[in-house]
Amino acid sequence: MRAEDEARILACIPSLRRYARGLTGDPDRADDLVQDTLERAWSRYSRWQRRGELRAWMFGIMHNHFIDGVRAAGRRTDVTVPGDLPDAPVRATQADQLEVRDLDRCLQALPAEQREILLLIAVEDLTYQETAQILSVPIGTVMSRLSRAREKLGALMQGRDAGRRLRPVPTPREMP
Amino acid sequence: MNDKRLQPVPTAGTPITEADLHGYADGQLPAARHAEVAAFLAAHPQDQTRVDDWQAQRRALRAMLDPVLDEPLPLRLPLKAPARVWPWRALAASVAVAVVSASAAWVARGAMDARHLQTVLAAAGADRAAASYAQRAAIAHAVYAPDMGRPVEVGADNEKGLVTWLTKRMGEPMRAPSLSQAGYALIGGRLLPGGAGPVAQFMYGAADGQRLTLYVTREAAGGQNAFQFTQEGPVRVFYWVEGGLGYALSGAVSRDELQRVSQEVYRQLQGEGQG
Repeated sequence: MRAEDEARILACIPSLRRYARGLTGDPDRADDLVQDTLERAWSRYSRWQRRGELRAWMFGIMHNHFIDGVRAAGRRTDVTVPGDLPDAPVRATQADQLEVRDLDRCLQALPAEQREILLLIAVEDLTYQETAQILSVPIGTVMSRLSRAREKLGALMQGRDAGRRLRPVPTPREMP
Repeated sequence: MNDKRLQPVPTAGTPITEADLHGYADGQLPAARHAEVAAFLAAHPQDQTRVDDWQAQRRALRAMLDPVLDEPLPLRLPLKAPARVWPWRALAASVAVAVVSASAAWVARGAMDARHLQTVLAAAGADRAAASYAQRAAIAHAVYAPDMGRPVEVGADNEKGLVTWLTKRMGEPMRAPSLSQAGYALIGGRLLPGGAGPVAQFMYGAADGQRLTLYVTREAAGGQNAFQFTQEGPVRVFYWVEGGLGYALSGAVSRDELQRVSQEVYRQLQGEGQG
């Protein structure tokens, strides 16, 4: 393998890690996924043969590993709906971090195939066409999953807001 | 799907669809269509709100995930291709360095340009007997690999029986290398007539239907202990001699792919010889 090709694979790693983090919501599991993907990419590199964009090819490998993992886990990953979460102590200073945590929980509450599509398009900036190829689905499926993902994520985030309004967590000042 | 017209985003002048709204939010529309959607949204505040929400999601997701880009990479990630066994290395080093001055550069940095090396080795002179069994291997591949109904005599479901049978007939211990890591599953094997006595043929298949055959013969004893390459029509063959047996791996795949699998076969068969 030429040094230039090696460099191109290495250049994909940061965005593979970002995507994996969004998919799994867990740094360790994300890097497991990246590790599997890289091992496969190094060994299968000759098969890529410059058909299409290298980054898309590597996302395709990650997709296969991810889906295998989802199937193997038999969906025992506990998907927690934000409304059911125990109340976390809310303080103004924590609001930003909490916001991120809530977004991550809502993202993880999406069905895996919707989460993949939303991340590939909204975060990784892949085109609809590339996304369809990566996931091996027709482009119409990409569009309908994208639409459902956005609707559901919006609803989950709103539900969280509504929940917070309905069940305000007392701040220390308000406690008796 | 390669046809641009099949994309869900219609061309200018057609009614605005939900796909257009997503395309707008994601910045995936051509400029003319983008302007049309912008005009549409100005007149449809509810849709504008949806698009705003989607774009807010984009920003929030990126704000959450972008910091990952700046993290140092964990040590456990493999940052280069795994080191491979290069069976010709010892032999090749002397030949190649002498023949090609430029080769000094890659030998020095420890990375071999295998294709280059193949050329050098081929120029160094191929073993005639080996070349003829390689040709027979290619022909046997061309005959049996396309056979969907009965590509093998004994299937992989009876791998033990297959190996026992071939071992007995060949008079040498036979083994079917496991190539599942390389992406090929054993289909089975058969016995063939060779230039001097029987020949074993193992067949492997990839998920995409691509097939490789491994041809094992006793007729190449004393041949060159190096990977050599030949091609018969669309069938490419890597062949080598190891432990008194001649091996040829054939397939209608790229040379790089075939070489990769050949190295795996070599590694496994050699591992067995040592163990």
